[in-house]
Formats: sequence, structure tokens, C-alpha cells
Amino acid sequence: MTQRTRNWLLLAPAGTWFLVMLLLPLTVVLVFSFGERAPAGGVELAFSLEQYANLPARWTAFKNTMTLAPIGTLASLLIAYPLAYFLAVRVDAKWKTILLVLVIVPFWTSILIRSYAWIFLLGGRGLPALLDWVGIEGVRLINTPFAVLMGIIYGYLPLMVFPIYVSLDRLDKRLLEASSDLGAHPWTTFAQITLPLSLPGIATGCMLVFILLMGEFLIPALLGGGKVFFVGNALVDLFLQSRNWAYGSAVAVTLVVVMLITVTIYMRLIHRLGASREDVSIM
Amino acid sequence: MTKRNDYISKQKLMDELYRYKKGSITRRHFLNITGLGAAAAVMGAAVPGLRPRPAFAAGDIGDRVILATWPNYHDPASFEAFTEATGAHVQVNVFGSNEEMLAKLQAGGSGWDVFVPTNYTITTYVGEDLIIPIDTSKVPQYDAGAFEQRFADPGTVDGKLYALPKNWGTTGYCVNTEHTGGVTMSTWKQFWDMTMDSFSGRTMVHDYQLTTIGNALKYFGYSFNSVDEKELADAEKLLIDAKPHLFAISSDYQPAMRNGDAWMSMCWTGDGKQLNVDLPKIAYVLGTEGGEIWSDFYAIPKGAPHLDAAYALIDFLLTPEVNAREALAHGYPVADSRVNALLPADLLKDPILYPAADLLSALEFGAAATLTDPNRAELMARFKSA
Repeated sequence: MTQRTRNWLLLAPAGTWFLVMLLLPLTVVLVFSFGERAPAGGVELAFSLEQYANLPARWTAFKNTMTLAPIGTLASLLIAYPLAYFLAVRVDAKWKTILLVLVIVPFWTSILIRSYAWIFLLGGRGLPALLDWVGIEGVRLINTPFAVLMGIIYGYLPLMVFPIYVSLDRLDKRLLEASSDLGAHPWTTFAQITLPLSLPGIATGCMLVFILLMGEFLIPALLGGGKVFFVGNALVDLFLQSRNWAYGSAVAVTLVVVMLITVTIYMRLIHRLGASREDVSIM
Repeated sequence: MTKRNDYISKQKLMDELYRYKKGSITRRHFLNITGLGAAAAVMGAAVPGLRPRPAFAAGDIGDRVILATWPNYHDPASFEAFTEATGAHVQVNVFGSNEEMLAKLQAGGSGWDVFVPTNYTITTYVGEDLIIPIDTSKVPQYDAGAFEQRFADPGTVDGKLYALPKNWGTTGYCVNTEHTGGVTMSTWKQFWDMTMDSFSGRTMVHDYQLTTIGNALKYFGYSFNSVDEKELADAEKLLIDAKPHLFAISSDYQPAMRNGDAWMSMCWTGDGKQLNVDLPKIAYVLGTEGGEIWSDFYAIPKGAPHLDAAYALIDFLLTPEVNAREALAHGYPVADSRVNALLPADLLKDPILYPAADLLSALEFGAAATLTDPNRAELMARFKSA
């Protein structure tokens, strides 16, 4: 067996998987997006751009997604970074494993169940009742954009913590000592050494969270009370309620394109900030 | 078992049932204290329809049957009894709208054996060739003559029987009367006006185009089923104005009504009854302008993987004794006179289940056009994304 054949054989499982599970469905969606809605729902194949011309009707959904996805990513980053820093740099080695496991533990339960828990926490008998008790009255949390943001940060935090943790953990601590010995203020050390060296982790974490957030529909549906409408929710409704598969496919294709553009811009930006392409480990 | 009650009152049965539903007691305790566990066994032997017949012999109908139905719409004890009698387990999938059920069947491979469509959707299922005609010889418990015509008729399309009636009911709203300030609620106009006023942030509407758009149309006195563009535009304006005042757009309104987060919600008969039984301060209101009256059916999708089990389950659930127990559990009326003969007299007089004739006569059955009308679907999407 030549090296070449062996390579092909080794690639075959992954290649087949991508063909059957990614390329074929994407092609179907693309073909559907040029079709028309059948009278009772579903799709009739055609070659029409009508569905794409109709896209402005889902502008609000795109706008909501493109607003909450970056905000959610940024908020997760701001909360995750200190935590990852603490875990990687400050914490005593013997506690490290336990604390890391604690970050992973929520992943052992379905996000659906955990979001339901938040429904009770944010509902009238949860946190608002507690606030009421300490004298802050009339707070409503559940079914607001704030509740959705809360759920997003909660759900995606571990995805942000881990890449940053890994890049900080690999950081050579002697560099920090050297910086300190040479008289740098701790903030200067952080800004000039720690932060740049953890940039790959930040870039990876943001990418992971942002891409998944763009397709999110469960958290807005559960914690937003159906009033906060993402592209994901628009897609669910187009396929499961109005059964307009053609239009749904056009919205899906548009989402993929928007995502590709955003990610490309993002990669350029990161590149300019000094991280190399290889640093963003999911690309 | 230490002590055995030979007799259980209706009140006690309902109390225990609700304790069981809320999870405060286990199924074993429930079956034991109510005697239903024993009753299922006794009934299995005493009721001819429940006696294991050749077709019911273990193994013959398979080990499972898959049912797609609505929330809070069955008595779990019935499924236990069915499994006991036939050996087939009932796997239940719950849906919140007819559209979603239709979408699953259109996509194919739903794997369902029995599902529960509403009257106005059946012609579409037949037109799309998604359901099969019912072979009544396999449903001996079905007695066409016992059913009230207007609730059973939509099951027949082009002279062929496609669906057997499950329950009927109405779509009104439930309201927590502690917050109405003494106002008697009786119209859809009040529903929407209060939502945008003293009930701001406390009202829920269904995540379901038929009822949410239909009941907004009633504000203006239009038909619940309108597909007229001008009338839909009026309804859309009302919905968009009301949206910032809504607590949620969801068909799962019982939890929020129970814990007090929501004060008012569009509501189906049985949910209204269940809420009212537990919390008498929650009233069920039918708008005097009208609204929806509906009838649900058992139907069998084409290609049902466990066809024999599907027929067996429908037959079992239509057995008057079982059907009566179901009605007691979920609070939806039945159109079968044999079942009504078994129900307690006070239930048959219950104003939530059996509204006054003048309220009923204003109601409309949903129309097939609303299910497939693209304008109504788009309106709902604009409302939700607004």
C-alpha cells in the first residue's frame, strides 16, 4: 500500500461524513431556496429569486441576532477572562482540576433543562421575589432581552473559558517574572505580555461563541417568552409553522453567507492584532 | 398495602388525581389509593371491549405505539392500563400547534402511529395524502350513531371516514380575577384593552396563528377565520400595539398562570378547567363576540409503523369507560353520548366545559383556508419579530 492510498483511506471516513452530512444537505437547502412554497406547505422546485427578494421581511430577526450575538460574545469574554486567568495563573495546582471540573459540570445536563431552571430563577417567585424582600420592588426579569442575555452568557461561558484557559496555561510564567524584575507595573505586564499571548485563546473562544450564537433559538424562545426573535426562531417557524421551506432555505443560506462574511472580517481583524491564522484553532 | 379503601368518592378521586399530576404522590400510590390499578385489572376482565382479544394477545400488536398529541390532554393512567391489557407501551410526543404536526408529516418519517389533528386540518391531510381511511371493523368501540354530528362530521372527507372524534372544546381566555378590580370579563375587546392597560406585562397569547390572529380579529368583530387583507391588517396593528404589553407568546401558559407571573392568557377548555379546579380565582371566559369552537380527532398517518397497535390504542381510548375517565382527568368534553351517560351530572352542567347556548352559537369552527394561507403565516412572523 502506497503512502498515497493510505492517506486516502484514512481520510475516507471524515470525507464521507462531510459529503453526506454537510455538503449534500447544504446543496438541498440551496436548491430549495430558489423554489416556491407549495400550496399546502413544503416546496415546489423552480428557479425564482422571489424568496431572496422577500428577505427584508425577516430584517428584524437578523437585526436582533446581529445585536445580541456580539453583545453576548463580548459579555462572555469579559466574564470568562478573569475566571480563566484565575484558573490558569493564580490557583494552587491541587485545586485546579476540581475547579476546572466545576466549569464543565453544567455541560453534563442538557441546555434545555438548564434553561428551564432559569425560567424559575428569573420568574416572579425567583430572583424578583428575593429583590422584593430586600426592598427592591417590581423587578421583572423573565421574558425580557436581559433574561435572554443572561441565558446566553450562562450557556456559553464554558466555551469561552476553556480556550482562554489553555492559552494562559501555556504562557511561560518566567516572562511575567522578567517583566516584573525589569520594573514593569503589573498592569503593563498584563497589557504587554499576558494579553497578547492569550490572544489566540480569546480569538478562538469568541469565534466558538459567536458562531453558535448566530444560530441560537432555544434560549430566546424559553427565556424571552417568544417575544425575542432571532434568525434561529424565524427558521424554526418557517419550517415548522408556516411550512414555507423555500423561504426558510433562503433565510438559512443568507445566514450562512452573513456568517462567512463576519468571520472573514473577524479573521482579518485578529490577524492585524498580531495573532497568526493558525492560532485560531477552530479554523 | 396496609389498608384498602373499597370505595373512593369522586371528589377524593379528583383530589388524588391532581396530587398525582403535581407530582406530590407517586403513580403507585395514586393507583393504589384510587383503586385504579385494581380497576384497570378488573375492567380488563369485566368490560368486553377491554378483554384481551386475539388481536390484543401479547406480541401481536407489537411492543409499542407512538402517539402525537397535545399538552395536558390524556390521563396517564389510561396508557398504563393499555400497556397492561396489550403489552404495547405508549410513547407520547406533545405538540403545540396543528401546523407543527402537519410539518412533521409533510417532512416524512414522523414514525407516528396515531396523532390528534383538529377539525379544520383534516381536508388538508387527505388532500396531501398523509392519512389513511379508518377501517371501522378494527375499532369496534366506535359507534358513529353515539356522536354529536357537528363534532364528528369533519372526520369524513368525500364520503370516506378518516378520523374519529376525540374531544371538543372552545378557545377562550383564563383570567386571574384577583387583578381585575371587580370588572367582569366577558369580551375579547376587554381582553385586548386590559392587556394594553392595567394588565400590561401580564397577558399571554398562543404561539399559534389560528387563535392569536383569530382572537385579534374578534376585537373588531370580524370572522375568526378571516383571510381578508384589510381585516388582517387591522388585526396586525392590534397585535403589534399589544406586543410590548405581553408577558409571553407561548402555548404553554399553565405554569405562568399558576405561579402568578401571568394574569390572563388565551386558553383552551381543559386548561381552563384544570386551572379553575386548582385555583378557583382563575376564571375561564368566552368572548361574547365569538371565537373558536373545535373538535379534535384520532387519525392514522400513512405508513404508520405499528398499524395494529394504532387501531388498538384508538379503540381502547374510545371505550366509553376509558373515555369518561379521560374526560374527568383533562376536563375536555366528549361528543359521545355513551360517555356522557357515565359522567357525573355536575360535570355535564359545568359552565367551563359546556358553555351557555348563546355563547356557543357565536363561536366558529376553524377553516381549512387559515392553515395554508400564506398571509396569516407571514402576519404571525411579523408579530413575533416586531
